[in-house]
Amino acid sequence: MRFIPVTCEERVEMLARVGARSVDELFSDIPEDARLARPLNLPEPMTEIALAAHLESLAGRNLDGGRVVSFLGAGIYDHYVPAIVDAVVSKPAFFTAYTPYQPEVSQGTLQAVYEFQSMICQLTGMEVSNASMYDGATAFAEAALMAARVTKRDKVVVSGAVHPEWRETLATYVESGTLEVVEVPATGGVTDTAAVAAVLDGRTAAVLVSSPTFYGTLEDLEAIGGIAHDAGALFVVATDPVLLGVLEPPAAYGADIVVGEGQALGNAASYGGPGLGLFACRKEHIRQMPGRVAGKTVDVDGRTGFVLTFSTREQHIRREKATSNICSNHALNALAAGVYLAAVGAEGLAGIGEACIAKAHYLEAALVATGRFKRAFDAPFAREFALRWTGDVEEMQRRLLERGFLAGVDLGRFAAADDGLVLFAVTERHTREVLDRFVEEVSAL
Amino acid sequence: MSTFSTAGGSTEVSMQEPLTGTLIFERGAAESRCVEAPPLDVPAISLDGVLGGRARTAPPALPHVTEVDIARHYEQLARANFGVDSGFYPLGSCTMKYNPKIDEHTCRLPGFARVHPYQPEETVQGALELMWGLQEALAEVAGLPAVTLQPAAGAHGELTALLTIRAFHTANGDARTKVLVPDSAHGTNPATVAMCGYQVVQIPSDDRGGVDLEALRSALDTDVAALMLTNPNTVGLFDENIMEITAAVHAVGALAYCDGANLNAIMGKSRPGDMGFDAMHINLHKTFATPHGGGGPGAGPVAVTEALAPYLPGPLVSREGEVFALVTPERSIGRVRSFVGNFGVLVRAYTYIRAVGGEGLREISEQAVLSANYLKALLEDTWPVAYDRTCMHEFVMSGGPLRKATGVRTLDVAKRLLDYGIHPPTVYFPLIVEEALMVEPTETESKATLDRFAAVLTRIADEARTDPDLLHGAPYTTPVRRLDEAAAVKNADLAWRPEDVEA
Repeated sequence: MRFIPVTCEERVEMLARVGARSVDELFSDIPEDARLARPLNLPEPMTEIALAAHLESLAGRNLDGGRVVSFLGAGIYDHYVPAIVDAVVSKPAFFTAYTPYQPEVSQGTLQAVYEFQSMICQLTGMEVSNASMYDGATAFAEAALMAARVTKRDKVVVSGAVHPEWRETLATYVESGTLEVVEVPATGGVTDTAAVAAVLDGRTAAVLVSSPTFYGTLEDLEAIGGIAHDAGALFVVATDPVLLGVLEPPAAYGADIVVGEGQALGNAASYGGPGLGLFACRKEHIRQMPGRVAGKTVDVDGRTGFVLTFSTREQHIRREKATSNICSNHALNALAAGVYLAAVGAEGLAGIGEACIAKAHYLEAALVATGRFKRAFDAPFAREFALRWTGDVEEMQRRLLERGFLAGVDLGRFAAADDGLVLFAVTERHTREVLDRFVEEVSAL
Repeated sequence: MSTFSTAGGSTEVSMQEPLTGTLIFERGAAESRCVEAPPLDVPAISLDGVLGGRARTAPPALPHVTEVDIARHYEQLARANFGVDSGFYPLGSCTMKYNPKIDEHTCRLPGFARVHPYQPEETVQGALELMWGLQEALAEVAGLPAVTLQPAAGAHGELTALLTIRAFHTANGDARTKVLVPDSAHGTNPATVAMCGYQVVQIPSDDRGGVDLEALRSALDTDVAALMLTNPNTVGLFDENIMEITAAVHAVGALAYCDGANLNAIMGKSRPGDMGFDAMHINLHKTFATPHGGGGPGAGPVAVTEALAPYLPGPLVSREGEVFALVTPERSIGRVRSFVGNFGVLVRAYTYIRAVGGEGLREISEQAVLSANYLKALLEDTWPVAYDRTCMHEFVMSGGPLRKATGVRTLDVAKRLLDYGIHPPTVYFPLIVEEALMVEPTETESKATLDRFAAVLTRIADEARTDPDLLHGAPYTTPVRRLDEAAAVKNADLAWRPEDVEA
């Protein structure tokens, strides 16, 4: 395929206008040593028909959610994506636009961002949301960095019940040693509150927890938030936005920064990306917030309009003094999230949340009743739960996959201490019939 | 029923609703619904009971709308937006090339879109093969053998690469403190340096638009961890001294990092690895035609030398025979994000590379460079270029002389271009050129489009001379005009809330 509209004849005319005899002459600034003297060693071009067939063949070698019953979650969930969502994000005026630096011709993007921010504020209870981060993990890491800037302190306390990949991302981000990360182990699938209290000190910028946790359990946010604030630290809470139709918002527990993975809001699983990072905070801290934010204003004729604002925090203005190096974010995924939330509304979101939670509790009880799984934790959970398998996890998952089930995430792959634990996620798409069938298969193992 | 009355007895037929300004929250009615949750087919639960007293007490104020409300709302917003499909978008340094529609088809195939990152590897061999193929292709284009696809964007790639370089130095027991960045660099470069805990040392440009070699040599010492350099650089020039630059950097034990923002100029012509760079990031949403999405998502894979490969973040895709697997390098810096990367973007980039092939990539760079030089030739009599040399895929003009002569600023010119249905070039960047206009036509524009752009810019220069106020007041045809940015900060209205309506 070719995407170049210039004709051979026009190319000759253009060269003549430039005053060059050949295209190669235009590359004469490249020193001889740096020139590539051979063709790129890459496959031949393909026609669209052949290309579509090739990609369909590659895609066909992946087991997709339509061909298997999946209980995989841990940050990426197979929720139903309403048709209207893809209809909107497929509009070329949205997906082929750049960052809205020229507001006069970017009101569509800017207003959609403002509406997205408004919805995230509604869900989380926070005053300000940015226009999105890359994913939950990077939003989490940036929250730690922001807390250090706000408090001018140099240590953060992180719960061991936070997604291990998020904790690992934070560790990478602070590799230069400017911020010390103290990890407090999880006990019974939740943060050990006493252990948090024991490591808090005058250097602590923030306590970072996740609720639901990586294990699906719910934290005692009130207690942890209180301890954090007593020490003068910020309270950072990672949340699951799909559950915020039924779960009390983090702001109700005094959260100062709320982050989350937003994929579940109208975005495909897409092998883990792109989703989007949610990032919300208190208005008083806005000048330390990373990322873009849209604001409402007026134009010269007094008409309502939207612009990117508080830009003096950002890298294109502040360079090395910026709050983050982030430039591109996940705007199109945020658009999808906004359309999703508009489509389901508060009632739909609550219904989806309730369905997930009710079905998760139904499945959990049934799996425990088989006698093959043991309850791992006593803490309340929402739509995801960890159970202990009595035998070899890999063998169990292999046999159930043969029966058409992706039987949860083997938590032993993240930490030896969690060997034997399997994490199950349930969405509104799982019918009772499918859940019953899965339980039967487990019983039959 | 409704009564229609009109002022002065005349019938007004054109009462168009503005495209924007009415929020989704203000549409629909309390009873409006679009997507409803499925009826519960398992026993009902007491939410507050199972959640341990954590059930939400007041619902979030989300919109109440029907599907048609949503369809119309976003269609109106889309009409107030400008994308590559709307018209010419010569935004310098952003490579706003056409985004092929086949890419949008392939990334939505269920086998790519509905796959979970924690599936067993044997159930995602097609996804892993695609990623492996993309790693290989990017390595070949970059001339650097090892590639990670994890970074989500260019700036994220910069961070990844700089942390990789830091880990390399640390492993060699060689703590270094400074990173050199030219004064023409993108803002992300110094911001990344700061995030990595290094000190930024700014290197001036010489009068030909390249790195000032003297200044570079005097700044280089054994405290320098790396030089971050965009090449072709941000004024659209290939640095003629690139071999001397990377050699000088290596001579003090530092590493050379290439910001790959401008890779679209040199594919198949020159490779950063062959220039002596040790690491680079590649913006798939620029060079490899994945859409910019109104600001993202992109992807910023990083390519490095064999020496740096052991430090790359995991997971990478490895191949053994016909089996593909996720692996983490031995001395990896660790993760820079969750899961494997922006896979949906990777599918699009892979599709594009297979569509055009290796020769196609070379042709793309050749046309991008020819189109930029052609446009420069058409414009340089009216609009002085910052550096009078053969450019690569973009060039920078200065609006300084026009401002002196007419009082018309580059901002006014940019706004006036909107009236002609053209997206303005990048303005006021790079910072080293007065009243800069940075033009990148890309290879996907026809000669007729380039000719028209040149004619429009020439006409705008005339307008500036004859009627400067016309430009000060521009634009006139857009849904809104010159927005009050100071008021946006002052009012800090960053979210709608129901209280505002009731108040």
